Amino acid sequence: MSIAITTQFICFTILSLVILIGALGVVLLESIVYSAFLLGGVFMSVAGLYLLLNASFVAAAQVLVYVGAVNVLIIFAIMLVNKKEDLKPINDIKSRRIISTSICLTLLSLLIRVDLTNVWSLTSPQNSIGEESTIRIGEHLFSDYLLPFEVASVLLLMAMIGAIVLARRDVMSKDISTGLPVDQELIEKSSEPLLTNKN
Amino acid sequence: MNLESIPIQAFLIVSSALFCIGIWGLLNSRNAVRVLMSIELMLNAVNINLMTFSSYVDNNLIQGQVFTIFVITVAAAEAAVGLAILLSLYRNRVTVDMESFNLLKW
Repeated sequence: MSIAITTQFICFTILSLVILIGALGVVLLESIVYSAFLLGGVFMSVAGLYLLLNASFVAAAQVLVYVGAVNVLIIFAIMLVNKKEDLKPINDIKSRRIISTSICLTLLSLLIRVDLTNVWSLTSPQNSIGEESTIRIGEHLFSDYLLPFEVASVLLLMAMIGAIVLARRDVMSKDISTGLPVDQELIEKSSEPLLTNKN
Repeated sequence: MNLESIPIQAFLIVSSALFCIGIWGLLNSRNAVRVLMSIELMLNAVNINLMTFSSYVDNNLIQGQVFTIFVITVAAAEAAVGLAILLSLYRNRVTVDMESFNLLKW
């Protein structure tokens, strides 16, 4: 990477602060819509970290797939299921919070200890592929990773069909008891409205 | 500072912290959409880890970047199917509260 080391440090600090504060906002904020938009910010900053690591292709894929597809899908899902409801209180919520927080902090300290104490066998940056990583990824995908690449396409097809089957509203064309064709408008009227007024 | 590049530990600590935030959200959220968002955060933490090692340990063959592409693919499929399951659950229960999804309890 041809950027000066001081600039890299400044970029890294800003990006990691945005990632960590944004992630805390995603899990802690009360409003789920704010969480979804903060999640988009976190995804963009992760793409920035990939650029710092000399991976322009993966950064572009991250922006396209995560911000362009996954985040939009999440916002649509929030729009469809956004109903104001009073959650039933759980009586042992405090002990649950304490246990889960202590588990997370223990795991975090363990991981940070491994990160700091392990001696990583780093390679010298001389034989780094640098900006040519897109070419190398293409070579990998069409030689030694060809089978996973094809399996991934089958997985995407399966996920697409599965999502359609699961999210489809089942409307019968015939009444089961009488065998007469069903008035479709009647079904739509009697069903529960998905979007309710917020007030 | 006379370092040549950002130390690998900095990236690893950011990814560890992001992963733990994701686990905390997964365990503590009551909204099912937020649970899916926490899973996405954890997948992103894993991706940062893979990219860091591919850049610092395997910077000629960059197999970690190929793995990241596959993880992104699986994450997109997971988000689509997860949100479809969430929609059909919402249609049956008219709620997104995780505590009320007890269909497998007996």
